[in-house]
Amino acid sequence: MESKKTGSVVVIGGGISGMLSALDLANSGFYVYLVEKGPSIGGVMAQLDKTFPTNDCAM
Amino acid sequence: MKKPRYVREDRCIACGACTEKCPGKFDDTYNADLKARTAIYVEYPQAVPLKYAINPDVCLKLTKDKCGTCETVCPADAIDYTMTEEMLTIAAGSIILAPGFKPFDPSRFDNYQYANFPNVVTSMEFERILSATGPTMGHVTTFPKLPASPKKKKDKLLAQKRKDPKKIAWFQCVGSRDINKCDNPYCSSVCCMYAVKEAIIAKEHAGNDLECSIFFMDMRTPGKEFEKYYQNAKHKHGINFIRSKVHSVTEDPETGDLTLRYVDELGQIITDTYDMIVLSVGLEISNETRDLAKKLDIDITSSGFAKTHSFEPVTTSRDGIYVSGVFNNPKDIPESVLDASAAASAAGDYLAEVRNTLTKEMQVVAETNVVGDRPNIGVFICDCGSNISGVVDCPDVTEYAATLPYVTVAEETTYACSQDAQDKMVEIIKEKGLNRIVVAACTPKTHEPLFQETLKNAGLNKYLFEMTNIRNHNSWVHKNNPDIATVKAKDLVRMAVAKAALAQPLKEEKINVNASVMVVGGGLAGMTAAKSLASQGYETHIIEKKDCLGGEALKLWKTAQGEDVQQELGALIADITSNDKIVVHTNTTLEGVEGFVGNFISQLKTDGKTTALEHGVAVLATGAKAFEPTEYSFGKDDRIIRTLDLDKMFKENDPKLDTIASAVFIQCVGSREPERPYCSRVCCTHSVDNAIALKNKNPRMDVFILYRDIRTYGERELLYKEAREKGVIFIRYDVENKPEVKVEEDCLKITLVDHVLNQPVTIHADLLTLAAALVPRKDERLANFFKVPLNDEGFFVEKHAKLGPAEFATDGVFVAGSAHYPKPVNEAITQGRAAASRALTLLAKKDNLFTSGTIASVDVQKCTACGVCVSICPYNAPSFVTEGRFEGKAGVNAVLCKGCGLCVASCRSGAIHLRGFDTNQILSQIFALDEVS
Repeated sequence: MESKKTGSVVVIGGGISGMLSALDLANSGFYVYLVEKGPSIGGVMAQLDKTFPTNDCAM
Repeated sequence: MKKPRYVREDRCIACGACTEKCPGKFDDTYNADLKARTAIYVEYPQAVPLKYAINPDVCLKLTKDKCGTCETVCPADAIDYTMTEEMLTIAAGSIILAPGFKPFDPSRFDNYQYANFPNVVTSMEFERILSATGPTMGHVTTFPKLPASPKKKKDKLLAQKRKDPKKIAWFQCVGSRDINKCDNPYCSSVCCMYAVKEAIIAKEHAGNDLECSIFFMDMRTPGKEFEKYYQNAKHKHGINFIRSKVHSVTEDPETGDLTLRYVDELGQIITDTYDMIVLSVGLEISNETRDLAKKLDIDITSSGFAKTHSFEPVTTSRDGIYVSGVFNNPKDIPESVLDASAAASAAGDYLAEVRNTLTKEMQVVAETNVVGDRPNIGVFICDCGSNISGVVDCPDVTEYAATLPYVTVAEETTYACSQDAQDKMVEIIKEKGLNRIVVAACTPKTHEPLFQETLKNAGLNKYLFEMTNIRNHNSWVHKNNPDIATVKAKDLVRMAVAKAALAQPLKEEKINVNASVMVVGGGLAGMTAAKSLASQGYETHIIEKKDCLGGEALKLWKTAQGEDVQQELGALIADITSNDKIVVHTNTTLEGVEGFVGNFISQLKTDGKTTALEHGVAVLATGAKAFEPTEYSFGKDDRIIRTLDLDKMFKENDPKLDTIASAVFIQCVGSREPERPYCSRVCCTHSVDNAIALKNKNPRMDVFILYRDIRTYGERELLYKEAREKGVIFIRYDVENKPEVKVEEDCLKITLVDHVLNQPVTIHADLLTLAAALVPRKDERLANFFKVPLNDEGFFVEKHAKLGPAEFATDGVFVAGSAHYPKPVNEAITQGRAAASRALTLLAKKDNLFTSGTIASVDVQKCTACGVCVSICPYNAPSFVTEGRFEGKAGVNAVLCKGCGLCVASCRSGAIHLRGFDTNQILSQIFALDEVS
């Protein structure tokens, strides 16, 4: 018999991908720890001016 | 390990007083080191959490025990120099790795002189130069690294040379597809597109006379809507694309101008001068991430990316550890977003049995009934640091607000959105018995939900709230006219107060969610979505029009990573058919869909018999199919086949393959053409892979690939490299000058102009494989059933190109696989999982899903049943009531209504009201505007 698992997930990295993973998990019934080495989340996407191919503002 | 911030998050109000006198300086990494920032800092104005932090390496107090200014000036007593590193231990059932990448550092390249020439910048730096919040505030200028007003003598001299560039060059593949100067053999996947984007935006900023040239090897734009973007850049924006690798750059020491030498396509040496060079740097995995992988004992590739299986594309080599984003191969934002949801789904499946064991219930504060009470309005004016107060006289506006009708409290706050300001707001609401709240701050688009939450915490209905934007619509746009901006702020506040006085508490209807799922399409993406949702306990129905599961993948031989598709696919189909939560409906078509999120009823037709299926959500995964070529003599000779036919020969180990002495592949057959202006994404890798397989079978076979651009993105580039090493010959052709195929008895004669020799060459081949486009099913009927859009080519249009790639704008409907855009096995599976994850977030809210309160409602006394609202609504929300007292009158379905107001404006009897935006509220605002302040 497998030992009981814990209903929480650690997400390492607070960029666009880490943030959205964390949101999906939190919204579907898991406790999430989002770990980011810097003082704020957002990652590289927050540094971008616009995004292709729609030229939307990245922020 | 938690690193110390030296600033107490619970106290910091992000007022910025600490930075004003801070003497410590270091590179501002957010601005790609183009400028310096103080030792105490926030990364950028919109940072989350918006709390300051101290860099201990440059802080004078922490390094030399001097200074201490920030502690003295902080009004919130938030500075704490005694903080230390904390070791935290977290028990978790699973880990998702999303550590991202670092942009390649080109300092080590001597030929581009990035380290020495000030006008050679990286694409990351250029991104900041283009940004309105960047060091040059969006002004494209040479010598961008100089401070805006230089103080040093040397800088002052250089600053005199500053000019608006007239010519900018982009160099592609810097730190990618390169094993000579660095060890990155892979393609970084995103640089071609971002270079095109930067060139277009640069022209937007600097004017059309700016000349932009992109120097490239292959233009790689294989994503959705990317090819059109590239073609527009070329033809509409006049960007030059030069196929060449520049070998040297020299600088004119007087002007800082840069001279490049390169060989053009005709073999001529060209010398040209540019004002600026942007190096399109690749994505690299940092040593830190490699160490992390080692610590966690997961396998990585030689370039440092996590190793995954094509059929489990977000699962690392270790159970329970998943990977997402660029660490899972170089990729752009939408793919990272898909990875994110897919990794969440994979982790969720792994932990399915313990779902909901650690989540906490939200505390609900009982709502105070304010109906019939005299309005008692509280107005909160936000300074937004200096964003608003730097322009608008906020104390004056606050004082003015206090004089407005029904206003009993007017407060100014530094950051209305900060936690302490929110707590204070709750306190004031309770203490003063406020029943309507106005916040004058930034945009409701991002902050309204936050303030509404605060109202709920104070026991007020969240619709007793009005927000007015005195930042984006005022202080930002009128920064040169502070007096007028202050007057406008007062106008806006007065209007908001007038509207708030008439606000009524609104009710949100609970949406019942049927817990079963319908997946349309039994291919890879559909099956993956179904399997994941079933493992979370939801009953899932797969609708497949053919007699078996598997879809187009049944025709594939192997993946780009070499996995046997049929073996894996067989295992997946067996999983699906043996899963008692999954019902497979083969030979079944969808005949009609009614209802809305949570409550769909679909009509399924199987062998002429129609049954109804009730489901809460739907996943559309209807795939794509191979194009039927009309050129290159296809269909006229059985030696001319398509990629999937060659796969079939490999699968069946066809003895004909042993007789071939010369094989040719032609790429882009039906793709990147006027009728189909998109790249089919999968064909380059597929042909290269099959060419290698032919070479492996018979190394003496002559294998040619005739191509326009080879688009082996990410680590697929390694296959391209392997093919060249094995002797596969790549010859490029132009779309204006396509190869010609002549069918002869003993061979196929293929003639084209060789791009190196610039001479026509003729190849005698025994087998010609056409890399036929993947074309969408263009299922307009299905699109209509769910009110979801198709693009010009017939692919489904997702909710948001970046942030909603696996869902539709229609709530409760999701998309996966090649019906969205052509994609290889691993990406189809990723999207299948992502769609499942997005659907799960909706299904999991079963008891917590509510309609919006701001929806249309019909005053049946006034309704004349004319039907205009029924016909005009884009969401099908209004319909005629079919039974009861008001039979025949219009009624609005609260779930479908998006509150757009179209029916309200169209109703000729004035019978429809938009709750929260009722006519009297709008008119009161307009009248308030007329009042003299």
